[in-house]
Amino acid sequence: MSLLTQRLRVLPFLPAYVALYFLFLYLPILLLPVFSLNDAATTTFPLAGFTTKWYASLAGNSVMLQAAWNSLVVGVAVSLLSTVLGICAARAITRYRFRGQRAAAGLIMAPLFLPEIIVAVSLLMIVLAMGVELSLITVILGQTVFCVPYAMSVLVSGFEGFDRSLEEASYDLGETAIGTFRRVTLPVVAPAIVSSLLVTFTISLDEFILAFFLSGTEPTLPVYIWGQLRFAAKLPGVLALGTVMLVASILMLTLTEILRRRAERRTQMAFTLP
Amino acid sequence: MADRPMIEIANVSKFYGIYKALDDVSLTIGEGEFFSLLGPSGCGKTTLLRSIAGFETPTAGEIFIDGVPSLALPPNRRPTNMVFQNYAIFPHLDVAENVAYGLKRLRLSAQDERKRVGDALDQVRLTGLGQRKAHELSGGQRQRVALARALVMRPKVLLLDEPLSALDKKLREEMQVELRTLQKAVGITFILVTHDQYEALALSDRIAVMFGGRIAQIASPKEIYQRPRTRKVADFLGGMNFLKAKVLGEQGNAVSVDAARFGAVSLDKPQGFAATNGHVTVGIRPERLRLLWDDDRAPHELAGRIENRAYFGEVTHLTVGVDGLEQPLSMVETNNFGADDLPVGAEIRLAYDPEAFVLLAEDPPVTRV
Ligand SMILES: Nc1ncnc2c1ncn2[C@@H]1O[C@H](COP(=O)(O)OP(=O)(O)OP(=O)(O)O)[C@@H](O)[C@H]1O
Ligand SMILES: [Mg+2]
Repeated sequence: MSLLTQRLRVLPFLPAYVALYFLFLYLPILLLPVFSLNDAATTTFPLAGFTTKWYASLAGNSVMLQAAWNSLVVGVAVSLLSTVLGICAARAITRYRFRGQRAAAGLIMAPLFLPEIIVAVSLLMIVLAMGVELSLITVILGQTVFCVPYAMSVLVSGFEGFDRSLEEASYDLGETAIGTFRRVTLPVVAPAIVSSLLVTFTISLDEFILAFFLSGTEPTLPVYIWGQLRFAAKLPGVLALGTVMLVASILMLTLTEILRRRAERRTQMAFTLP
Repeated sequence: MADRPMIEIANVSKFYGIYKALDDVSLTIGEGEFFSLLGPSGCGKTTLLRSIAGFETPTAGEIFIDGVPSLALPPNRRPTNMVFQNYAIFPHLDVAENVAYGLKRLRLSAQDERKRVGDALDQVRLTGLGQRKAHELSGGQRQRVALARALVMRPKVLLLDEPLSALDKKLREEMQVELRTLQKAVGITFILVTHDQYEALALSDRIAVMFGGRIAQIASPKEIYQRPRTRKVADFLGGMNFLKAKVLGEQGNAVSVDAARFGAVSLDKPQGFAATNGHVTVGIRPERLRLLWDDDRAPHELAGRIENRAYFGEVTHLTVGVDGLEQPLSMVETNNFGADDLPVGAEIRLAYDPEAFVLLAEDPPVTRV
């Protein structure tokens, strides 16, 4: 029996394996919305009945709302900050050639591969050693370090399609520097920038370890959820909150992907010569 | 050359650090002229073109565009438009928006604008493709968009940086014809950068051949091909048999030389003519040597032996050894009479016309820094 026929025999099991794999991956997440709509304080089957009261309870939970607000502030700040830094880095890497370029790019990407908890502990040590008080600002700074690599990789692929001669063509056709930035530079790289904002916001929104170490007395949503898990009675509320966050994340990532594809389609052909 | 000068380049030099990309370049291009800058890679063609467009600032010299000293003007205030080598089509705009890009600043009425865009698209044979996106166009179509986008501005001078080099051979030849037709139709000055000598010969009214940041010769295609001034120019424009010849004497504008086995030849004296040790270099193009068959007779004949043969479809390239010549001669023969069937080693006779020889000046030494 040849190797090929051996392989073919295993093949019928492949779809089953894939199905199992996805089940294992996504079933727990699917349970989240299911139990969040269940009229019982425990997460056990059979389901007790349909209710939206857990969602209603969220609205009146001022501590939770404060945490959500913190998360929003942190998320917006982190996404703006890391995208701005990412733009600088991506432009440097795609537009210029300089000594140590590869090393610089590598160092910027490094936080992606370092254990997050190690980074968190080191940052905490430094912050404490410097006598800085833990606050949302320290969370923002910590998460920015972490998000810049994501921002940069999204932006680099966006900028790579951007050719210097586009700006020159615009000047050549009579446009001013400001007009060129507005009519050419910005529209061409805008999808990449929006993608970067969305990706980094999403990452910040559910980042836990850095926020846990660096947030002090102002919890972000993940830190708040972590605190609530100690009280069994709070669980359904947490599930409802988790569902809301899940839906928000999925929406944002979908939007990002749509934008990325649109940008890709645009730049793809415009510069590839026949 | 047309009557009125449109571009005057006066003693322009450009340094990149200590590297001299342009070395005291001076030339005048007439209104409505199709002018080509021809030269090998790195000779400074693009630098000169971009200096005219305003993207490079020469270190010394002045550029007059239609009489106006223009070095102080930014690209957006010069009456020139450029077709970029990679076309630089705006990827976020469709074809019509690309073409209308520069018109937006003129604040035309919507109707006028639409008319001008439509006319420009007709001109480059893109009628009806206005709604296409850049990524939906073929290479040739993108090239046309770039042309239309520049022409719609009604520039006094259109600058083209190797516009056809990205196209395949067939399309390139088609576009050459179109470019020439288009230039005649719009009647404005075209300045074309190319390293393809056939393109320059086929399209231009005049050609400037450049080497190492300097102009080696400016002339019409015919003159530059038939009467190249220096050995390098001759070599760059096509095959050439070079011979060392002894100067026999000078009378007025003519020099007579002893061209080895070709005998005594009288030649026009080029400007700046100088013999070294009584010797000069002369050249004759391969196609000016002709095979003689059987009983053919010619006033000037030479016997030789075929050393090598290369078949090119319509022509055959022959390398012919002649006793008493240092180098074998290259010849190009049409295949109508069976030149492709001649075996290597065959004894042949060839005819030449002493008038076809050119006297070549020494190339200036390459001094960079
Ligand atoms: N920005 C720059 N900095 C340094 N040197 C440059 C710069 N631009 C061009 N050069 C150099 O100047 C010389 C002329 O360049 P240019 O681009 O004008 O050549 P070219 O004739 O257009 O060649 P090609 O046919 O390869 O396009 C080249 O040797 C090039 O390396
Ligand atoms: Mg060039």
